[in-house]
Amino acid sequence: MNIAIRKLYYGDIPEDRGGPARESRPEKATDWPLWEIFIRSKQGLDHKHVGSLHAADAQMAIENARDVYTRRMEGVSIWAVESKYIHASNPEESAPFFDPALDKIYRHPTFYDLPDEVGHM
Amino acid sequence: MTSISYLLHLADNALILGHRNSEWCGHGPILEQDIAITNISLDLIGQARNFYQYAAALSGGEKTEDDYAYLRDAHEFKNLLLVEQPKADWAYTTLRQFLFSQYQQILFNRLCQQDDQQIAAIANKSLKEIAYHLRWSSEWVIRLGDGTEESHRRMEDAIHVIWNYTDEMFIPSDYEKEFPGLEAINEMKVQWLDKVKPVLAEATLSIPTSSKTMTGGKEGKHSSHLEELLKEMQSVARAHPGAQW
Repeated sequence: MNIAIRKLYYGDIPEDRGGPARESRPEKATDWPLWEIFIRSKQGLDHKHVGSLHAADAQMAIENARDVYTRRMEGVSIWAVESKYIHASNPEESAPFFDPALDKIYRHPTFYDLPDEVGHM
Repeated sequence: MTSISYLLHLADNALILGHRNSEWCGHGPILEQDIAITNISLDLIGQARNFYQYAAALSGGEKTEDDYAYLRDAHEFKNLLLVEQPKADWAYTTLRQFLFSQYQQILFNRLCQQDDQQIAAIANKSLKEIAYHLRWSSEWVIRLGDGTEESHRRMEDAIHVIWNYTDEMFIPSDYEKEFPGLEAINEMKVQWLDKVKPVLAEATLSIPTSSKTMTGGKEGKHSSHLEELLKEMQSVARAHPGAQW
């Protein structure tokens, strides 16, 4: 059984308002938990989120992901994370979160003159 | 020399089980498993095509792969009785897949070492698919066998019916006896049991002791289930001869 630990980092959606953490076992067999699937398309690249699916446990999640998301040679590696363990920033707080970056263009490294010899960066 | 009969036997096994599994399409227990069983169907139908195409080539241009799949009657099919049985429930489907895939893996490992390069290549290509089918199906057998009271009961019911059809895999037909490398088909049964037993034990299932030996499929003596299956599978090809996509 999973024990739900209520840990709220700044910006997380509290469990009672958003991201669901089911504490009890699903009642119906078809009521399997949701998993987020990440696929690495080539060696050396990052895993990228591709979608979600239902599965009874981690092993089944990876196999389902293989069948659902890698049928057309999309991947060389699969990660599965139970959705309830993903913590998300709160959309309601997007203004204080992200807007302050808007007027701080000096954070972009566009003010340096690059010598021609450096070429494309 | 590889006989057309033997190729048709290999192809028919794959095609008929592929068709049976495809009956789950849109009816799977959950979307993800619906896709999984349909993928397995497509793998099997792909294997069947490879064998039919090779048989067609050996026929010297007399036949095409479609002729073999769509224009033969039940008595001309050489598949095991095992694969033509109705899909029944998920327990039955996954257990049958497991027992068949294990048989295929042992057989195809032998076919890989054949002098006939074509058959060795098809077997080699199929083995990767089979390894996945085996992994997928054995997990379901364990999950359901060692699951709830109901899932265990359904697996028990399934194994009691299916086991009657497993002996046929290891009773060689004439065209198998002629095929080099298959003389020791009994050895294959020992290997098969060695692989199957640990999974069944983990699934808390026991091998039925009072099973019958149902045979005849390899020689074209089939149950009425195959006729019904072919009636549906061949209906379009027979109603519109030579139709193209």
